[in-house]
Amino acid sequence: MTDSTVTIEVDGRELQAKPGTMLIEVTDAAGITVPRFCYHKKLSISANCRMCLVEVEKVPKPLPACATPVTDGMKVFTRSPRALAAQKGTMEFLLINHPLDCPICDQGGECELQDVAMGYGSDVSRYAEGKRVVADKNIGPLIATDMTRCIHCTRCVRFGQEIAGIREMGATGRGEHMTIGTYIERSIDSELSGNIIDLCPVGALTSKPFRFSARAWELTQVEGIAPHDSVGSNINLHLRGNKVMRVHPRDNESLNESWISDRDRYSYEGLYADDRLTAPMIKKDGEWQETSWEMALEMAAAGLREIEADQIGALVSPSSTLEELYLAQKLMRGLGSNHIDSRLRQGDFRQDDAGSGISWLGMKVADLETLNSVLVVGGNLRKEQPILGHRLRKAALAGAGVNFLNPCSIELNYSAKQKVVGPAEIVDALAAVAKASGAKGEGATAELIQSASADDDAKAVAEALKKGGKAAVILGAMAQSHPDYALLVGLASAAAEATGAILSIVPVASNSVGAQLAGAVPTLEAGGKAAANSGLDMMKLLKMPRKGYLLMGVEPGLDFWDGALSVNALQSADTVVALTAYRSPQLESCADILLPMGVFAETAGTYVNGEGGWQSSRGVVKPQGQARPGWKILRVLGNLLDVEGFEYIDADQVKEELRALCNDDLPPNQGGNLSGKPARQLIGEGLLRGGDTPLYSIDPLVRRAAALQQTLDAGNPAVRLHPAEAEKLGLNGSDLALVKQNGYQANLPLQLDESLPEGCAWISTGLAETASLGQPFGEVTVEKA
Amino acid sequence: MANEVCLRTLDLERPWLLEQYQSRGGYEMLKKVLTEKTPPDQIIEEVKKSGLRGRGGAGFPTGLKWSFITRNAPGQKYVVCNSDEGEPGTFKDRDILRYNPHQLIEGMVLAGYAIGATRGYNYIRGEFWEPYERFEQALEEAREAGYLGENLLGSGFDFELHAHLGAGAYICGEETALLESIEGKKGQPRYKPPFPAHFGLYGCPTIINNTESLASIPMILEKGGEWFSDIGVKNSGGSKLFSISGNINNPGVFEIPMGTPFSQLLEMAGGMKDGRQIKAVIPGGSSAPVIPGDQMMELTMDYDAIAGAGSMLGSGAVVVLDDTNCMVKVLDRMSYFYHEESCGQCTPCREGTGWLYRVVHRIETGQGRQEDLDLLDDVAGKISGKTICALGDAAAMPVQGMLRHFRDEFQYHIDHKRCMVGAG
Repeated sequence: MTDSTVTIEVDGRELQAKPGTMLIEVTDAAGITVPRFCYHKKLSISANCRMCLVEVEKVPKPLPACATPVTDGMKVFTRSPRALAAQKGTMEFLLINHPLDCPICDQGGECELQDVAMGYGSDVSRYAEGKRVVADKNIGPLIATDMTRCIHCTRCVRFGQEIAGIREMGATGRGEHMTIGTYIERSIDSELSGNIIDLCPVGALTSKPFRFSARAWELTQVEGIAPHDSVGSNINLHLRGNKVMRVHPRDNESLNESWISDRDRYSYEGLYADDRLTAPMIKKDGEWQETSWEMALEMAAAGLREIEADQIGALVSPSSTLEELYLAQKLMRGLGSNHIDSRLRQGDFRQDDAGSGISWLGMKVADLETLNSVLVVGGNLRKEQPILGHRLRKAALAGAGVNFLNPCSIELNYSAKQKVVGPAEIVDALAAVAKASGAKGEGATAELIQSASADDDAKAVAEALKKGGKAAVILGAMAQSHPDYALLVGLASAAAEATGAILSIVPVASNSVGAQLAGAVPTLEAGGKAAANSGLDMMKLLKMPRKGYLLMGVEPGLDFWDGALSVNALQSADTVVALTAYRSPQLESCADILLPMGVFAETAGTYVNGEGGWQSSRGVVKPQGQARPGWKILRVLGNLLDVEGFEYIDADQVKEELRALCNDDLPPNQGGNLSGKPARQLIGEGLLRGGDTPLYSIDPLVRRAAALQQTLDAGNPAVRLHPAEAEKLGLNGSDLALVKQNGYQANLPLQLDESLPEGCAWISTGLAETASLGQPFGEVTVEKA
Repeated sequence: MANEVCLRTLDLERPWLLEQYQSRGGYEMLKKVLTEKTPPDQIIEEVKKSGLRGRGGAGFPTGLKWSFITRNAPGQKYVVCNSDEGEPGTFKDRDILRYNPHQLIEGMVLAGYAIGATRGYNYIRGEFWEPYERFEQALEEAREAGYLGENLLGSGFDFELHAHLGAGAYICGEETALLESIEGKKGQPRYKPPFPAHFGLYGCPTIINNTESLASIPMILEKGGEWFSDIGVKNSGGSKLFSISGNINNPGVFEIPMGTPFSQLLEMAGGMKDGRQIKAVIPGGSSAPVIPGDQMMELTMDYDAIAGAGSMLGSGAVVVLDDTNCMVKVLDRMSYFYHEESCGQCTPCREGTGWLYRVVHRIETGQGRQEDLDLLDDVAGKISGKTICALGDAAAMPVQGMLRHFRDEFQYHIDHKRCMVGAG
């Protein structure tokens, strides 16, 4: 024994442990099996299942290993006659009211109760009475319930309280009548809700989309990386044959811990959408026809070859693999064009000229929870990137002061200060914080700061950032899609510098950082170094339409900052070659050649997450139909277009080629130096549109995940107004409104929302119903439909 | 030697009123302590000396419990009184609340003074509407008289006290479930340790004592711990309230010295009804194992004597059964109670109490099987000592006790599908 460790003896084995550690943690670490149901390393201890009772020397009663702190010299017996008698006793009690019909239970074969019963149960039940029956609950589209199977371990209840941060499940009733549920029937709406399926040790909570579709022993487990956000959550894919049947989290303490978001869990459904593109197609006389790969690739190469390099632009999804992004830019640059961009939801690229470098999280994912003071600008982390939201919540619970500056109020699961301002005023409000921090700014931001007035709110935020210890200014997705994003970055950078805070720019997609390293942005070349010759950014590529476009993994209208503009520009081109996994009316209206591409688990590839970590996964199922991994399609295109260096034999080779060009570490985020006058692109005069990209609208895959699209977090295709604003516009009592933006229009349902600032019309992007409008922030009119 | 401590004002016309209580020297002790600024340690020492053991049933020494509180630790501390008197057979605290609420208030303020708490709660059983109103009225009077509130009697010591009415759950009489309930949560016991002295109400150091224990404090301080201790016998200091019921002529609450022979208590309660034969006694509330009548007649009413007979003094709820009672029926009723009142939190109790009840019930209704008695014993043993709180034990003990002493009656029920009693 030293000061920091005690020695205990378990089943005759000497073990060292920190004093106060619970016994079960020590036995787990030593590989000694103690059965349990209610204990979970990530949840609080409740000691209610009594399965982990063990014998401790000199203690008359058996003690629960999960709730017994180790003390020096403790002698523990986990399999002594007394311990086993206690464990078997509990097992018998658990089984008397549990249905013994494992063959018809969805959990059968992967059930903790079933497993432990093999070791501690009896083959005959002595309970001859009728068993308890509990009515099932409908808790939404993601989780199926079979509440008769519940053993009341309360893991799901504690998960809601402690991790998800909303108490959705609880125990009502007493004794045998105790049931787990929502009390009043309602859906479970946490963005992390699916984790209770994994936590549930029995078949009470199971995955609704997966239910009764496969048995655990039919499934093969392979590792993967979740493709929807900048966390790069580690997942296990469960396959049957060539099909992804479901997705589970894979523990990674530094990223997703033991959890995954519902988006990462259920988006696999999108792989099997009806509109998968399964064969190459070409448009002939306005009609789509299937064709052979040879023909399609030849036509694509011929089409692109005909166009001068400067007239070709590539618009690629930041959710693509690193290999795809790298090859796409290599192809473009090989053809002599630097016009490639992956920042499709960004509208202001002025900071490109200011030399701002690579934008990324600015810290490790796990560091988020160690922050003491945070200012989030234009972001709703919880509903943008749920795991990051969870980390930030942990920081807040640990006492961090969290401030939000947003154009709308957001639902939080911890206490924080929210300042809600109009879409244009967010710039002024951030300038006020910068001013209160004592920042001077450079160029454009200097003027903004100078003319700002630091009110009490701004002073309080600045003060908190300054003396808060470890602090960060975080720019979320709404900030990045703001028409004055360049100003926001500059101001955030100035405020961060003046307060000693970290500047964090949350990468909006799974490979946003990878895309920059791969050179899939016009200002950077492979390796993330400044390009000798900058190409045109996404907006310029659309505003000054090219004759030819290469699209990869994107859907016009839905994946672009300005949906209407993207469709118009692409439709006007001579040749549009699209690598895509899906057909969609808008894509078909723009493209000339569709090349079927594998997505997600169908292709080997690498994702560089927000903290700059490279994670690769194999292609674990074959792409559907004739679809092929994107890197292979690009490789052949490269060959056909006679671009040098396209002789790869596997995806690893592509990755290694890029890896050699990259530095190990990412430099801190920079605001850059915007020269000239602060040209405000969004002026707060009339009605302004505000808009987010809903959680389940972020990319083509998740947009096709059927179950997710039935949840509350699925996009709301409406125009939302403050009631006072609606009255001002004479829209009282209207259900429908006509929205006009940039000369485009759409009829949308009208909803009143008191949480919005007046002067703001909230319309989400990424939805079919709103795709015909323009950018998420800008002038808009709303009138009677 | 009866009614000397908690029921000492019972002979007054309306003893629950402040002036009546004061006419017997009520609140004098509090005044003395506050004016003389008696060192808190001295108070705790006196309580230790009195040999007062928790009157709620567990019998833990009260003075020792108080000494677990770090008096000078910063932050809020609480005194909580457990008046959630729900054990079948127990109705003694009800009479303290009804007839001597001021002595309880005085006791709680003194307890607060001793441990450095400035806030107290009295958690009253949900069904006790009349006692609750009496207690509220007494609180009102005490506040007005300056015995509660800020700066009591100019001493600089603050103490505020609130009554909290339960909602009818037996489990809330378990001290940590009671704390959860006050906090507005579902009444479920906490896993201990930590004990309330370290992590109690709202996570603050808390002492939680039974009504009778706290109401005894003023007299202990007034007359001295030794005086109190001497009333009783070794290991069982003081007098105690016994609520005696069953097949007797004069059921009620009697405050008598610890160590009084049971026969004497029975006599005070008017003896057996209709001159019938005593068959059995449940000496300490329904969870206490039953003791055969003849054996009981030889025992004295104190912790050691009752424990020596394989049962427990518990809360002092004495249920006397005569020879017309079928013990299967008695156990059926009690098992139903524990089955109904289990909170459901931990497995052995949630599942086991229902199992016990169903087996006992089927024996009672003539559906018993030969293996049932062994099964009952086994299931009771698997609950006992395996649960978070003592409710599991409370459900198991009556079963074990009945089988120990009246197994033949159960066997008769199984064999003949009817009662042995009256089978003649």
